[in-house]
Amino acid sequence: MSKHSEESMEAGVDYMTDARAIAVGENTPGCKKRDPIVVAENVTRTFGGINAVDVEYLEIPRHKITALIGPNGAGKTTLFNLLTGFDTPNSGKWQFEGQSIAGVSSYKVARMGMVRTFQLTKVMGKLTVMENMRLGGSDQPGERLSKALFKGMWGSREKEITDQANVLLEKFKLDTKKDDYAASLSGGQRKLLEMARSLMVRPKLVMLDEPMAGVNPALTQSLLDHIKNLKAEGMTVLFVEHDMNMVRHIADWVVVMAEGKIVAEGPPGEVMKNPAVIDAYLGAHHDVDLGDSEGIKALEQELVADEESIVGTENAGIIAVDVVAPDMQETIRTDKDKA
Amino acid sequence: MDFGFILASAAGELFSPTTAAYALAALGLAVHFGYSGLLNFGQAGFMAVGAYGFAISTLSFGAPFFVGLLIAVICSVLFALVLGIPTLRLRADYLAIVTIAAAEIIRYVVTTNQLTSVTGSANGLAAFEGGFYSMNPFPEGDYLGMNNRDFFIRVIGWGLAVICCVIIWLLMRSPWGRVLKGIREDENAVRSLGKNVYAYKMQALVIGGVLGALAGMVFTLPRGAVQPANYGTELTFFLWTCLLLGGMATVLGPVIGAMIFWVVLSLTQGILYGLIESGAVTWLTTVQAGQLRYILVGVALMLLMIFRPQGVFGNKKELAFA
Amino acid sequence: MGAIAAATVAILLVAAPASLAATPSPTPSPSNQQFQNNISGFLRDDARAPIQGVKITAKNGDFTGTATSSANGAWNIGVPSQGTYEVQLDESTLPQGIKLAAGQANPRSITFSQTSNVSVIFAFGKGIVVQQQDFGQNLLNRLVAGVSFGLLLALASVGLSLIFGTTGLTNFAHGEMVTLGAVLVFVFNAMNLPFWLAILLALLGGGLFGYAQDAGLWRPLRRRGTGLVPMMIVSIGLALAIRYVIQFYFGGATQQLPFAQSAEIQIGPVSISPNNLWSLVISAIVIGLIGIVLLKTRLGKATRAVADNPALAAASGIDVDSVIRLVWIVGGVLASLGGILWAYYRPGVTFDMGSQILLLIFAGVTLGGLGTVFGALIGSVIVGIFVELTTVFGLAADLKYVGALFIMIVVLLFRPQGILGRRERVG
Repeated sequence: MSKHSEESMEAGVDYMTDARAIAVGENTPGCKKRDPIVVAENVTRTFGGINAVDVEYLEIPRHKITALIGPNGAGKTTLFNLLTGFDTPNSGKWQFEGQSIAGVSSYKVARMGMVRTFQLTKVMGKLTVMENMRLGGSDQPGERLSKALFKGMWGSREKEITDQANVLLEKFKLDTKKDDYAASLSGGQRKLLEMARSLMVRPKLVMLDEPMAGVNPALTQSLLDHIKNLKAEGMTVLFVEHDMNMVRHIADWVVVMAEGKIVAEGPPGEVMKNPAVIDAYLGAHHDVDLGDSEGIKALEQELVADEESIVGTENAGIIAVDVVAPDMQETIRTDKDKA
Repeated sequence: MDFGFILASAAGELFSPTTAAYALAALGLAVHFGYSGLLNFGQAGFMAVGAYGFAISTLSFGAPFFVGLLIAVICSVLFALVLGIPTLRLRADYLAIVTIAAAEIIRYVVTTNQLTSVTGSANGLAAFEGGFYSMNPFPEGDYLGMNNRDFFIRVIGWGLAVICCVIIWLLMRSPWGRVLKGIREDENAVRSLGKNVYAYKMQALVIGGVLGALAGMVFTLPRGAVQPANYGTELTFFLWTCLLLGGMATVLGPVIGAMIFWVVLSLTQGILYGLIESGAVTWLTTVQAGQLRYILVGVALMLLMIFRPQGVFGNKKELAFA
Repeated sequence: MGAIAAATVAILLVAAPASLAATPSPTPSPSNQQFQNNISGFLRDDARAPIQGVKITAKNGDFTGTATSSANGAWNIGVPSQGTYEVQLDESTLPQGIKLAAGQANPRSITFSQTSNVSVIFAFGKGIVVQQQDFGQNLLNRLVAGVSFGLLLALASVGLSLIFGTTGLTNFAHGEMVTLGAVLVFVFNAMNLPFWLAILLALLGGGLFGYAQDAGLWRPLRRRGTGLVPMMIVSIGLALAIRYVIQFYFGGATQQLPFAQSAEIQIGPVSISPNNLWSLVISAIVIGLIGIVLLKTRLGKATRAVADNPALAAASGIDVDSVIRLVWIVGGVLASLGGILWAYYRPGVTFDMGSQILLLIFAGVTLGGLGTVFGALIGSVIVGIFVELTTVFGLAADLKYVGALFIMIVVLLFRPQGILGRRERVG
């Protein structure tokens, strides 16, 4: 009931220009939000004795774009997996739109309107772009075995889904490709397709895991615009990203994780000056501006020389890998695929 | 060497009931692997469940034909559920190992002497086909050179194959089939779109398994006997060869694959035996010629998988794993 | 057009009944001229001297097979199908002064279990009485036998697990590597080479075979970027091809390695055949060595690094290809050794002996956790013990493998990653 009244209260609000404060009170780690869509409490997950995720309290603000950042291994993707039911935590509870979804299976979470994408883009290469999109369509009776045999029972819904897909494909400039196999798309186009496909579910919260990774710089701007548009259309966005440029440009709110914990929260400008963040990200290397790609390259060189740094080891180049070494990223991804 | 006879034998394999059974079972594998990505290495087990389910319900409980058929199908559904529950949440290779193990368990259980009164152990069961042939609408006589029994089983076997092909074709072009194809490629992506992947995989496993059970019945009816030795792991691997020959993500592929498989086997066998009998080949005994077929199948399976995984008719672009 | 098609169909259908008659067997199978199933045994008197020229018959329905024991006391009757046979020793053909021991049933009924070979032991002389063991004694004996069996399984499964760990391949042709070891010993021994040399050459042959497989097939496939599932199917084709190539040359009969028959000896409370004892000791030592190599040496660390993350290992300067090659060689040697020990354990050498335990090897590996070497060891020993113990607790002997396969499925239900395996991360 309260949800309804809230929505009607906000009916006149333009989400793009809404400048009301996001947090209630101080911008401290785990602070309460004016209007949270996701609330997580005491979510922990250990891998072989290491705390991959140990989040005491986190709220994600509704109708905002929230960036989840942190060094590699900070537990961002694991937190994504936990929230969306793709992994089971050791403890904790969390709710989406006021409804507890702890222990709810991933597909039910998606049906409730919390849809995610993956760090390694998951498009169905052997299906056409259009079929990929249709796969996202909801309430298709033809997806039930009992009705699949009879086209009469699902044909009309299929038309609606196709229309919806056409609109989205046009928006994402994939309409000319709709009959091609998705395998023929470039990395960036796949990211777009994956995002468009997730919108077929008509989500309330879109969770993007590294939407910019592997995307050709020419597509970067249109991807950023698409994400902003999601907010304009009333959706909430939570994304994991290493690219500080992107975070600075589009995020309304930034949550910083390190070693599984939330170490800082706040608007992007404020967070990037936070010493805890700089520490978590860089250790001793604070004198570099993360906000531009030249800075990252400089940092990279510095880190390679540093023995204690992860750069040059297993996790080499994960910080803004697409800026530093696009080739290497390809190999890392294929290896992960194999694993 | 009588080439006419060899060719006639080979051509006869095209529409033999055994080929129909292989086609049905391979179609089941296509549903499992070709469309859903489920590695079922125990299709022989499903066939055994179908054949024994039917034979035992007929012989031990005196069930009429259609009741026996129903029992066999129900048994295969249960078998699929038992296999699916522990494995469908796991990685694909676990299903492979569990299905092959389960098929062997079935074979051991029907072979054991503890159950001879029910299963006939190694000798198997016989004389359960009366109910089937009593429904034969064709009066005695000559049907294209066959007697009415042979003709009847061909009509039924291939009729069933055609019906199943149509059903599978309809299913696979539906949104249901689309979800399956999505799962074949990336089940987590499908899950993230709000589909209950586990349920879909289970449905696919059951449908392919039922096709296997039907195949087991078509396989066993013309013989009038069911023996455990016929349902070893080799049978499963032959079915995979059929599937790969025809193309795994197609409806007609398994049928054509089964035809090619049997025609080629019959041809090589006929020619080899002919050469041995005529004395042209002396370095081979007829026993060894028989073993040569297995070697051929093995080599064919490898070469197909390496060089033409989409099969003779498949579309490489749709091949999920190449 | 339609007429032609109809005519073609008619011709095909006309030809059909003849073809059905021509191929009565459902799966392509060799003709019955040389039977694949054997009932066999050795006749020896109480002083263990062979008894020659004794006539033995086996009957089942209208089939009757006869054999006469040879100079070394061996006899063998090929039978068309596995089933229950009545085996009778013609006592009138026994040499003077030799009689069946008291309590020896003759004729007796014997039944095939999983193997294509059944051995029947007729005991002679006064001294030998077949004893009924008490339950505890039996349990202990089976337990020791199970450990021995489990360790020989472990030899094969450690190799399989190493290969899986380093290359991701689930190798269905591993059973044939097991067979090859035993077959090679038999072949070299038949060439009158000394026994120790035959074994050495067989192990060498197994290693070579592993190397050849990797170099000729798997490495090129890895280079092509062939997926794991296609490789698994290729390995099935390979298994089928090798198994029947072996049968092509080796034949379908069961052969015995030298010293295959041995009386059980008593060690403390346990009675065990010397062969089983040797097997236990040898496999324990070899597995111990493998463990030490894996844990302590540079090579072992490199192997584990490759198994953990091949790309990272390559980046750290490990020559991944040579590690994989080595793993294949070692896997081949271990499988051969396992095969030789398996030939003594059953006892007998057949072309399909490896594929018979392939699933038990898989069960061991899966139980322990796919890709974990020590898991494979533990899993195999559990499987071995389980297989042997189920017979003590009343499961029929011809169902003893069922128990092991069943327990594997049950374990997957509750601990899918196996005993030592790790859970995977998604996304």
